[in-house]
Amino acid sequence: MQRSRLARHDTSTDSRPAPAAGPRVHSLSVVSTGFLALFLAAILALVIADVGYTDLETVAGLFRSREVVSAMRLTAITSLLTLVLVVLFAVPAGYALSRYRFPGHALADTVVDLPIVLPPVVIGVSLLVFFATAPGRWLEGMGFRTHSVAAIVLCQFFVSASYAIRSAKAAFDGVDRRLENVALTLGCTRAYAFRTVTLPIARDGLIAGAVMAWARAVGVFGPLMVFVGSIRMKTEVMPTTIYLELTIGRIEVALAVALIMLAMAATALCLIHWLAASRRWWGP
Amino acid sequence: MIQVTDLCLGAGDFRLRDVNLQVAAGEYFVLLGPTGSGKSLLLKCLCGLVRAVSGTICVNGQDVTHLEPRRRRIGYVPQDCGLFPHMDVAHNIAFPLRARGRSLREALARVTPLAQALGIEPLLDRSPVGLSGGESQKVALARALASRPQLLLLDEPVSALDEPSRKEACSELRRVQEQFGIAHTRLSQRRGGPDGLGPGRSPLRRRVGPDRYDGATGPQTQERDGG
Repeated sequence: MQRSRLARHDTSTDSRPAPAAGPRVHSLSVVSTGFLALFLAAILALVIADVGYTDLETVAGLFRSREVVSAMRLTAITSLLTLVLVVLFAVPAGYALSRYRFPGHALADTVVDLPIVLPPVVIGVSLLVFFATAPGRWLEGMGFRTHSVAAIVLCQFFVSASYAIRSAKAAFDGVDRRLENVALTLGCTRAYAFRTVTLPIARDGLIAGAVMAWARAVGVFGPLMVFVGSIRMKTEVMPTTIYLELTIGRIEVALAVALIMLAMAATALCLIHWLAASRRWWGP
Repeated sequence: MIQVTDLCLGAGDFRLRDVNLQVAAGEYFVLLGPTGSGKSLLLKCLCGLVRAVSGTICVNGQDVTHLEPRRRRIGYVPQDCGLFPHMDVAHNIAFPLRARGRSLREALARVTPLAQALGIEPLLDRSPVGLSGGESQKVALARALASRPQLLLLDEPVSALDEPSRKEACSELRRVQEQFGIAHTRLSQRRGGPDGLGPGRSPLRRRVGPDRYDGATGPQTQERDGG
């Protein structure tokens, strides 16, 4: 009873409006979320259009086509080789950019980003021109062939390595340098500190960069068409399969291959987000 | 134990010059000074993380001025403790032993007595993330002690603690020092007052070398307790 009177009293004396229940809705949040929803709807519309144009039978039929299976196999082999090469380069290069201030550091930091901002076809043209020069001819003399797995890996590497290096640099930037220093005072070498302290802490960022680079490598098309060409059962990878199928009018097959690539890209992105959202990779 | 002679060092535009100090074996030595006066820089130089411009650092008569940090056998606990977030407490403490080639089993076997000595045995399975300031400090101390240093450098080890915890932590540091027989050099911004040095002691204060070239702050003071 007493409580009820107090409540009535409070209500009568407080002229301030009662706070609205739940999160406050601002016009800015409505507008920004609206733009995001529009973009997502546009992407979804494209995917639905792709799915609607082909059918499950066509997708299943891809796995019975020798050409397409060969392209899938070559894509898997070359992209995984590229991934290994990219990781071998990106980890030390990202570490050097993050930790050391050498002459030309700013220039190196900028040049690393060049392949990201360049149209990929320019990389193909540049490779073509390079192999017409003396060092390129020397490499050919040493056994390098332009219509080969090595040439595909080279194209994929130049397109994707920058993403991994950039990501590795960011990952190493996020590792407190003082932890490495403390490790040194505890009796270990720089290499041991790098292996047991820096690498494990940077691991999520490094994996995210590697996955992103792999996804880029899988999708390389322009440089391959210019530098390597597209020979069925020899240098044909999935993006070139899409192009070749389109040129002979088999749009549903091209779209089926595109859907498989879409599923691969979505899996890669889900892996990155899963890593970013959790610290599952951290453990004793 | 440690003798620093005419040490000059710098970081960026900041310079310390003609630092001279001597810490005897088993001595508890506190280096005092305001923020930005170069205390941490001096400790980093002593343990080898910052290169000396000139001067010498001798530990037990051996010139270690140009030795790598791992060859100096000087333990260092930074202000933020520097615990490795991807390892649990036990693996943190075992780290120096692993770094020196001990097997994981052997290293972990030596962790337990250390943890017992510092009263942190219940924390061994926990992640350093989420430990309190005092707990983190004890774990960092245990890890530094695991490397069996000749000298232990503690950078503001009690600055993050409240007054009662600070006194308790200082007593703990003294107890550990006596138990392990290691010379300690500690940094503090606090001038005067007990600050865990213990009652009835009359610390020797004297003006010494370190000062800034730019003269932006006051003099550095070292406070020595011949414990």
